[in-house]
Amino acid sequence: MSQVVQGRGRAGFIVGFLLAPLALYLTFVIWPYVQTFGYSFTNWSGQSPTFDFVGMDNYSALLKDEVFRGALWNNLLLLVFVPVVTILLALFFAFMVNAGGRGGAGGVQGVAGSRLYKVVYFFPQVLSLAILAVLFGAVYRTDEGGLLNGVLIRLGIVDRLHPIEWLNEPRLVLWCLLLVVVWHGVGFYLVLFSAAMQSIPKDIYEAALLDGAGRAQTFFRVTLPLLWDSVQTSAVYLGIAAMDMFVLVSTMTSGQFGGGPDHHSEVMATVLMRNFLYFGKSGYACAMGVVMLVLTMILSVITLRATRRERIEF
Amino acid sequence: MTTVIKAPGESAAERSGGTGPGGQRSGGRSEGMVLNVFSHGFLVVWAVMIVLPLIWLALGSFKTDAQIGGSALSWPANWNFDAFGRAWDKGIGDYFANTLIVMVFSVPLTMLFGSMAAYVLARYPFPGNRFIYYFFVSGAMFPVFLALVPLFFMVKRFDMLNTYQGLILVYVAYSMPFTVFFMHSFFRTLPTAVHEAAVIDGASDTRIFFQVMVPMAKPGLISVGIFNVLGQWNQYILPSVLMQPQTGSDPERYLLTQGLIQLQQQQGYETDLPVLFAGVTIAMIPMLVVYLSFQRQIQAGLTSATLK
Repeated sequence: MSQVVQGRGRAGFIVGFLLAPLALYLTFVIWPYVQTFGYSFTNWSGQSPTFDFVGMDNYSALLKDEVFRGALWNNLLLLVFVPVVTILLALFFAFMVNAGGRGGAGGVQGVAGSRLYKVVYFFPQVLSLAILAVLFGAVYRTDEGGLLNGVLIRLGIVDRLHPIEWLNEPRLVLWCLLLVVVWHGVGFYLVLFSAAMQSIPKDIYEAALLDGAGRAQTFFRVTLPLLWDSVQTSAVYLGIAAMDMFVLVSTMTSGQFGGGPDHHSEVMATVLMRNFLYFGKSGYACAMGVVMLVLTMILSVITLRATRRERIEF
Repeated sequence: MTTVIKAPGESAAERSGGTGPGGQRSGGRSEGMVLNVFSHGFLVVWAVMIVLPLIWLALGSFKTDAQIGGSALSWPANWNFDAFGRAWDKGIGDYFANTLIVMVFSVPLTMLFGSMAAYVLARYPFPGNRFIYYFFVSGAMFPVFLALVPLFFMVKRFDMLNTYQGLILVYVAYSMPFTVFFMHSFFRTLPTAVHEAAVIDGASDTRIFFQVMVPMAKPGLISVGIFNVLGQWNQYILPSVLMQPQTGSDPERYLLTQGLIQLQQQQGYETDLPVLFAGVTIAMIPMLVVYLSFQRQIQAGLTSATLK
């Protein structure tokens, strides 16, 4: 960090630059969150302006709520698989795209058409989750009209009379949703990692090559450590996405705000919204929110701490 | 060995220029060949997995309802744009315009506020600096819908429900955590020498920010800008709560995501799948065009990110 020369008006400058962003952020983000926290100790229904303070009742009820515990388990599964699968695939593809090409001069270069791959892979990211919900709703249709079943039936893998009930199959539904998230995310993280890879100075690679490092060694000893900041950030953001999942689950699966069949795709967000808007148990829903918030914060801190490395400037 | 490592997408002419001196390393070359086939195999499979469902869905706009319900692999029978016309009549055009109006304001404002805060926090040590930084960044950990009901009443108090300005301000506020986080780390990696030179030349802090630091941070700004465009484009929960008509005379100002989900939910009672697929195609095609033309800028921005 620079030792900024101290001068007059610096305090005014700092305040001036922070004022508007902070004011907006406090009003529309922080204060509603604080209110959510407060409501979690009440039996507020969301409709009536009156409510009573009920202490920790909501939280103790939460511990006994089977549906919520199932949802929590599903979130934890997603929390492990979404970041791991997405980051591994993205790193793999990023390395292939940037360094998987024919080593013309013993050097490292991208595959032919690497630009095209990046363009294609990234595209799902510009599609809104609403589009994904419609698209994969059609892909996972439970009859021959669905793309997956249609192809599998044509290939003779699946019996025409017994197509796979993707999103209605308790054991499959969560993995179907995982595939949608990964399909959506890989391209973005590929581009993120590619950008980081390309900003690595070429002389570092040249030095590694001159020292006789192979491709795998180059990747694990040079590329990955220099990408670590991006990987860390990606893990946190994917983890947060895995804790959410509301739009996809609520629009793709059966049941009020999704979660079906029989709560097998339930995530905390859908349980929360159902309690909020359908059962009118706003206070209880706020308590769920607080639990989610605390979990997310703990997990983020763990991720950031566990993956902490020394900053490498180049 | 001067031209050993190439950025992807360089011309073939340049590539052949670099093959001279490395010819002795034949071992490395065959390893490269195997890897080349291997990597292309995986890359092609994933590319097909991305493109195929999208094309299949777009083709669905030209099929009949019966065809869609029949076999997924049927080929469209009627090549006309009836379904697109019906989708447009259902308001897809208006939803598109509403989304654009909101984002024309919300994205630039997000970038301005986000980089202002990030810059001050990254470059000026003052008491409470780290606290404010974590305060901003921690917001990214909270799922949006957690704050929904209090947020609804907050926006209502400002009398900004179902208004563009209300949604714009909320979008900017909820984009702060990532923007500040990313720009903070970006401003920190920028060389300090230029900044110090500007200070010695007597430039004011505000001037240094707008005329020295922002131009230097352009690659970062482009990346975060893209991220924010996508994030706000993707947003479904916020508009679905904040952009509902409040009274009978209040005009409907649905955004595109809301409109598509509404169209999908209508399928429950009036089955017209070609319309739904056409609506999704209409929503996808402009994004594809914008994305493909924007892609060059992304690439240019990222390759110029070699900040040395």
